[in-house]
Amino acid sequence: MSAPTHQITLTVNGETVSETVEARKTLVDFLREDLFLTGSHVGCEHGVCGACTVRVDGAVVRGCLMLAAQCDGARVETIEGVSDGGEIADLQAAFEKRNALQCGFCTPGMLLTAQELLAGGGVPSREKIREHISGNYCRCTGYQAIVDAIEAVAMARAGGEK
Amino acid sequence: MKPAPFAYAKARSLDHAIELLARPDGEARLLAGGQSLMATLNMRLSAPKLLIDLNGVKGLDGIAAKDGAVEIGAMVRHVQAERSADIARYAPLIALALPHIGHAAIRNRGTLGGSIAFADPAAELPACLLALGGELDIAGHKGKRTVKADDFFKGLFETALGPNDVLTAIRIPAATTETRVGFAEFARRHGDYAIAGLAACAKASGAGLSDVRLAYFGVGNTPIRAKNAEAALAGGDIEGAVKALGGDLDPQDDVQSTGAAKKHLAGVLLRRVAKQLMEARP
Ligand SMILES: Cc1cc2nc3c(=O)[nH]c(=O)nc-3n(C[C@H](O)[C@H](O)[C@H](O)COP(=O)(O)OP(=O)(O)OC[C@H]3O[C@@H](n4cnc5c(N)ncnc54)[C@H](O)[C@@H]3O)c2cc1C
Ligand code: FES
Ligand code: FES
Repeated sequence: MSAPTHQITLTVNGETVSETVEARKTLVDFLREDLFLTGSHVGCEHGVCGACTVRVDGAVVRGCLMLAAQCDGARVETIEGVSDGGEIADLQAAFEKRNALQCGFCTPGMLLTAQELLAGGGVPSREKIREHISGNYCRCTGYQAIVDAIEAVAMARAGGEK
Repeated sequence: MKPAPFAYAKARSLDHAIELLARPDGEARLLAGGQSLMATLNMRLSAPKLLIDLNGVKGLDGIAAKDGAVEIGAMVRHVQAERSADIARYAPLIALALPHIGHAAIRNRGTLGGSIAFADPAAELPACLLALGGELDIAGHKGKRTVKADDFFKGLFETALGPNDVLTAIRIPAATTETRVGFAEFARRHGDYAIAGLAACAKASGAGLSDVRLAYFGVGNTPIRAKNAEAALAGGDIEGAVKALGGDLDPQDDVQSTGAAKKHLAGVLLRRVAKQLMEARP
């Protein structure tokens, strides 16, 4: 059968884009292959690793478990937009300072996931931080430094020291 | 992997979804949160010809407490239920279970209806629905019907839903001051499907319990009521209830654990949950 396609119009990192996509194309493949936004990564393609994390209409989701065709009319934000906008500059700096990344494959997803938790305000416990990033796999760091970095930013944003 | 080609249609209404489902080849599938379906498509475990997107269909995402019951629309997302004051107050068992489902990003998209329709034997919500003695509203091309949770889960990933049916809502009795609930599960890591879990509901009666309903998950092809243990627990005999599990459950080995270990864990879960049931609510 000839591949069914859809015309979609959405905003990606604040810019309006209109494209024709195959029905079966996932959001993360659309971002990477059609828009060349390769900051969102593709790992497991079945929802387990979190490498493909993006924001759709403000909520953090798996880019591999949504279709691009579903995003007609949506507001999509990727690590490129969120980091360029300065929203997570402190989190990025803390990751670098504390060696919370090595190869960097998990980092875009980790940052967006952490930012969602921190946006809720307050200083979450380390246990709560671990729970919140439990769906984002890191094969390098052992997580300890990632939890440290997120906790430090939470404290700094709440006006504390560290 | 990438999914095999399929067509995609956004349902404009419930009727439109039902109309689209009625294909002679039966090769259409409803797309709710996609958190189970998209994964199986990407792995090519299934290859439907048409996906019918329920996202955006009006009237399926409400939470309403009325007439002594809580009605939850099928498209209510896990995160929406987690934040709902009505769920916290009138459906405390579901509130206890929700944080155990996957991870935050999964709960941002996944729906209660999708989880119950998918009926993974290790999933939390089907067991909660069974423990609460809830019921399900189903719409199909022959009209609407209501099915009790006790009659809904038929076998491994098999439910009372036919290929042309849409689950529209679930309904559970609203918790009262007498309601006691308990929930516990063992999972390898937070957010993983459970190795074994238990959702329970009872009524406080005097110093003891009545109407005890124990629904296990992860220990069979469907969520399972442990009726012998329920009777023992209503009599106040926790260790007797643990022994009675021998007649209720016969877990098989799976990728997560041996049947023998699951059987042991079922007893541990029962002791923990019995304690929760017997503690008075503040
Ligand atoms: C990494 C990961 C971890 C997870 N961990 C857990 C966990 O610990 N516990 C748990 O319970 N779940 C877990 N899930 C699954 C998650 O809860 C899903 O949200 C849920 O199983 C399916 O809901 P959905 O809305 O995403 O449905 P979909 O994936 O869209 O659909 C699932 C199936 O149900 C059918 N369906 C959906 N809605 C309806 C309807 N209204 N009427 C009729 N049929 C319908 C679909 O056609 C499809 O066959 C996990 C998922 C992932 C990716
Ligand atoms: S690629 Fe999407 S979760 Fe792994
Ligand atoms: S830094 Fe390499 S996977 Fe996390």
